[in-house]
Amino acid sequence: MRQFIRGIAENNHYQATHLLQILRQIQSRYHYIPEPAIEQLSELLSIPRPQIISVIEFYSFFHLIPRGQYELLISDSITDHMLGKKSLLDYLANKLGVAVGEVREDGVVSLDNTSCTGMCDQGPAGLVNGYALTRLDHSTIDKIAALINQQKPLDEWPNELFQVDDNIYKSGLLLDQQIEQGAALKSAFKRGLKETLKEIDYSGLRGRGGAGFKTAIKWQFCSEEQQSVRYVVCNADEGEPGTFKDRVLLNSYADQVFEGMTVCAAIIGAKQGFLYLRGEYLHLQDKLQSILDQRRQNGLLGNNILGAGLDFDIEICLGAGAYICGEESALIESLEGKAGIPRNRPPYPVTQGYLGKPTVVNNVETFLAAAGIAVNGGDWFANIGTEKSKGTKILSISGDCAHPGIYEYPFGTTIQTILNDCGADDVLGVQVGGPSGTFISNQEFDRKLAFEDLATGGSFIIFNSSRNILDMVHNFTHFFAHESCGFCTPCRVGTSLLQKQIDKIVEGHGSAGDVVALEELCQLVKNYSHCGLGQTAANPILTTLERYPDLYQDRLKEISYEPGFDLDGALETARRMANRDDAGAHLAQTQMESEHE
Amino acid sequence: MANKIRVATTSLAGCFGCHMSFLDIDERMLQLAEVVEFDRSPITDIEHCTNCDIGLIEGGVCNSENVHVLREFRNNCKILVAVGACAINGGLPAMRNHIPLEECLNEAYLDGIGVENPKIPSDIELPLLLDQVHPIHEIVKIDYYLPGCPPSADVFWKFLTDLIEGREPSLPYELVHYD
Repeated sequence: MRQFIRGIAENNHYQATHLLQILRQIQSRYHYIPEPAIEQLSELLSIPRPQIISVIEFYSFFHLIPRGQYELLISDSITDHMLGKKSLLDYLANKLGVAVGEVREDGVVSLDNTSCTGMCDQGPAGLVNGYALTRLDHSTIDKIAALINQQKPLDEWPNELFQVDDNIYKSGLLLDQQIEQGAALKSAFKRGLKETLKEIDYSGLRGRGGAGFKTAIKWQFCSEEQQSVRYVVCNADEGEPGTFKDRVLLNSYADQVFEGMTVCAAIIGAKQGFLYLRGEYLHLQDKLQSILDQRRQNGLLGNNILGAGLDFDIEICLGAGAYICGEESALIESLEGKAGIPRNRPPYPVTQGYLGKPTVVNNVETFLAAAGIAVNGGDWFANIGTEKSKGTKILSISGDCAHPGIYEYPFGTTIQTILNDCGADDVLGVQVGGPSGTFISNQEFDRKLAFEDLATGGSFIIFNSSRNILDMVHNFTHFFAHESCGFCTPCRVGTSLLQKQIDKIVEGHGSAGDVVALEELCQLVKNYSHCGLGQTAANPILTTLERYPDLYQDRLKEISYEPGFDLDGALETARRMANRDDAGAHLAQTQMESEHE
Repeated sequence: MANKIRVATTSLAGCFGCHMSFLDIDERMLQLAEVVEFDRSPITDIEHCTNCDIGLIEGGVCNSENVHVLREFRNNCKILVAVGACAINGGLPAMRNHIPLEECLNEAYLDGIGVENPKIPSDIELPLLLDQVHPIHEIVKIDYYLPGCPPSADVFWKFLTDLIEGREPSLPYELVHYD
């Protein structure tokens, strides 16, 4: 093991910033991070031991105790649940003889849940040793269980288990006109870099991750910083449940995304770029690496790009299962090899980003659009969309519709148009922008896709009238409690309290005061949390409480108060051990019941 | 006498530290006694609550008796107050929540060092332990919370005088910051 670890450390040039990449390799080889490995890494990389442990504990794909040789994770997104995930998971657990969350006694396999893996249009989905599994059903599960029980190496598993489709159903401005390799750079150099930035400014392009900051201004700010070193980062940590468009863009349009990054580097004066790829998209790594190699061979990356004197290269860094790393400052922390805890802002990354240097962080789709604009000019983009939201938006559509997949629309398109296109009938409502976004009811389908109306990073989950909205709220609230980074108390404690309170109401233990208490708690978590995660964690509750107050009221009991757990059941252990079953050894669930006794 | 405000207090899974801190209002106790009358409380030794205006609860809920006492208070007090860290969060006694109850009982009564005549106590007079220690708001509705371990005498004084004088109780920052 010592030799193995020394080898990885050497390949990573003993860089502390590469800690995540190093830990990924150790986890993949040993299925946990052994204590001696931590000691050795601490010496080799000059990182204190507790800091390494804190990183291991932070990311859900790293473990301090051994997982199975086959680490199976099943996606817990609401869309997977809508496709029957729960019964499939039970079937799988039964078939493999391992409980969810556990490692089988022989150490061969472990099974657990994981947050949305970005396969919502082809779920129920999962991961085996980090590689995406799609369209799970009883027959694929039978196959997987058999392969694991025969201990077949992963590269001998049939390809169809790992098949990931693009499912592009509607293409527009961006998806229709893929640029030729090098075209954006050539245009940018020909037009002049300042003029190209003007075109991007003129195009009105705003960040596609959801927040919608104007791209040209971000690049301008970064280029104006008095520093000699700058960085470009592409945020492909697509963790918002229900979003998967970046996976498709990186599978089929990666060249153009890298080109957009290179144009940005030319404009701001960066020599190094990073693609921060979410760990769940491991299956894309080799393909992306070969595209980068090809670009280097073609003189589009490396030294003196296209003979224009630009030096720039891109490195791919994989995440390790942490939703919070989609937040740009947390992503930068993660790139530096640390736990992904959001920084205080300001200073913003354009001033102090990666290693304290000015850094542009943009979404995959933003770089794709920027490359298109560099070729076709600002007008090409600005002529489409609304006054405040120019161009198109690529949506990841999933849930109750005939054709879940990728759809590109001009901003300003109504929700009803989108629903018609993807074949959604009898719709109850749509979750726009993922759990951190907004739930809209079927009274609001004339609303428009736009930053000034319904802003979205691309997640679009459709629910038909057979669905129970509280199941969705329950799923999303648990998601946030799981993904809270733990840094600030309002979010760390608040999201757990929200989870507990929503469980109490959903399980039918709630009374009138409980919904009021829930609302107060929502406001507290929303207003006092450090970053966007906590500030939006209460959205699923708030947006549904506003639209469907009756749904919550209907679950309440007509008594003043009831505990959220089984009071008499809580005495069971003591009853058994004291060998008692008299009246004094029992408790009524509510005060009213106890008076009737 | 009839117009005095009636107050009841009790300690559930607590250490009586909050009660001791309450007594630290010192001579102000005389002022309080002019407008307040104590019902069930360790101070009076009255065994059961009758109709009261304010109930002060120290400690969390660790056994069946705590549940009965808490419900008696809720039934009889117009305003019920969680006093101190244990009532609010479970506090120190809740540290056992990370250990299965069976292990706790085995250690205390069967396997522990120096245990003589090992046997799990079983008597209908003895309350049974809940598998977890709970904050009191998880069992009954609570109207106010007084933070602190213990809340200082000034917190008790400010809170009670606010209530008695008909104001919505509010604790200034100086009384609730601890560093």
